[in-house]
Amino acid sequence: MENKIESYARSSVGSLVNHMRRLLFRVLSTGPIPNHIAFILDGNRRYAKKQNLGEGMGHRAGFVTLMSLMKYCYELGVKYVTVYAFSIDNFKRRPEEVQSLMDLMLEKIEGLLKEESIVNQYGVRVYFVGNLKLLNAPVRDAAEKVMKATANNNKSILLICVAYTSTDEITHAAQEAIDEKWGEIQESSKASIAQNGEISQEKHEGNRTIKVADIERHIYMGVAPDPDILVRTSGETRLSNFLLWQTSTCLLYSPKALWPEIGLRHLVWAVLNFQRVHPYLEKRRKQV
Amino acid sequence: MSSNYRNPSLRLCTQYSLLMEMSSLQLHLSLAPSPFKPKYLSHFLCPTLRFRSIPVASLSKNAISISQSHENGFVQNGAPEEFSDSLPEGLLRELMPTHVAVIMDGNRRWARMRGLPIGSGYEAGARTLRRLVELCCKWGIKVLTVFAFSSNNWFRPKVETDFLMGLFERGLRDELENFIKAGIRISVIGDSTKLPKPVQILITDAMEVTKNNSRLHLIVAVNYSGQNDIVQACQSIALKVKDGVVKPEDINEFLIERELETNCTDFPCPDLLIRTSGELRISNFLLWQLAFTELYFTHSHWPDFGDDEFLEALRSFQQRQRRYGGRDS
Repeated sequence: MENKIESYARSSVGSLVNHMRRLLFRVLSTGPIPNHIAFILDGNRRYAKKQNLGEGMGHRAGFVTLMSLMKYCYELGVKYVTVYAFSIDNFKRRPEEVQSLMDLMLEKIEGLLKEESIVNQYGVRVYFVGNLKLLNAPVRDAAEKVMKATANNNKSILLICVAYTSTDEITHAAQEAIDEKWGEIQESSKASIAQNGEISQEKHEGNRTIKVADIERHIYMGVAPDPDILVRTSGETRLSNFLLWQTSTCLLYSPKALWPEIGLRHLVWAVLNFQRVHPYLEKRRKQV
Repeated sequence: MSSNYRNPSLRLCTQYSLLMEMSSLQLHLSLAPSPFKPKYLSHFLCPTLRFRSIPVASLSKNAISISQSHENGFVQNGAPEEFSDSLPEGLLRELMPTHVAVIMDGNRRWARMRGLPIGSGYEAGARTLRRLVELCCKWGIKVLTVFAFSSNNWFRPKVETDFLMGLFERGLRDELENFIKAGIRISVIGDSTKLPKPVQILITDAMEVTKNNSRLHLIVAVNYSGQNDIVQACQSIALKVKDGVVKPEDINEFLIERELETNCTDFPCPDLLIRTSGELRISNFLLWQLAFTELYFTHSHWPDFGDDEFLEALRSFQQRQRRYGGRDS
């Protein structure tokens, strides 16, 4: 009997909280809502130490937080969410830690394919962004399976950056852009020789130079627009080689809370700050 | 793939090697417990060869500043520079940033708040910059990069941009003597072809005349854009590929970093970026180079950024824990 009352009370409070949250999001939506929010999930290990949890439990708690934050973002109307899950620099950590993170990632990636996962609930298309060749085969295969399985979803997009650093991303884009230019030059030279027996240098000069658009065409994150807000938790105020190219005019927000402690209030505060600077940034963007 | 000069364990190792040198032990860089093999020695000059000529008496006080300042007057005239007594309370010599970058934001708001014309805001900002350069010299910071004018700033009213160009020209002309006397090297990054001709000539002269100075390297970013910097680096590499100097499959992060406009210094990546007037964004400044830079945002407008605010920024920097994606927290 008591259990029934308890569970009834719990579900009522739960649905009241949901209603309040939706009301809050409706109020926020009277102003501009960011289209793309990026998160650096920092502080999991410190959280585990603080709460005296076992090794790796901080990251599990972090995953639960990630799911709730994603839910809030999609309910609010944010279309793109990017998370910095694993950096190329993180391979420098102890091999046991790297292995346990890889195992956790594999478990959670496979979990995304299940019916009841957030991906199916909110119609999320998932992209894995980064130098995937650096991952071990099981994780890479699971990632590719999820990307294929969610390819038809279009309500929201989730970009998970694994084996990613921004400098690696830019280098890769530069390599491809240069390869492309080199291929174009060689082809047009061949065509010119075929036509008039000599290469006309001046005609091709303009097409030879790499431009911003060429880099942006080959960049891993090209599937999403630039982020509007970059949230880095645990109070560290640095980019740590994340989205350097894309965060030129992005609002940077660094709450002191560790990643597993992040909640709705931090998201709301970030959106309010975004709404404050948005008119100025829009004006600047239109000028350019 | 991070470059070695960002790696704190390699810096610590040069301090260790210095101390071992004093007790006349044989030392090799390979003893350094760094996860990276020091492949790019040209960017991090071998301390064993450099420091043999330095008098032992100066090593104990200035061990760390020596490892960071291998470009200064040490080897040339053999006399150590005095830093040890000039650091204010609360700052540790070994945790001082080598390269500080500044986005000098808020001049116009500062002037508007006081009912002054915009030009007064910029002039007050120029005075603050002069003071910051003095402090950097005094406190042993090796490189100071300032964001004077962004590519996006051309959209401001012509009266304002003309005033700024005039201020820049006057400032450069008036301060050149002082820079030479103080041993400050000046470099200008950004697309200077769009600047007025007299300014371009002044810049070329100033860079030439001060190129051997080594007390402080002042890098002024004028008509600069971080994205364009990366793109011009890619263009240079593309030319090298066309000329057969570089194979496409050899393009890596190190190659790109070497082609960026900050290649005029051995420390292209700032340790600390300060942005004034409360705006929380990078605004297309040094994008690649800011990968592991500690960011510091303050509400003061740039003309109000004085000694105390700079001290506060440095104190905040010294308390940061820099892990570069690796070490346990």
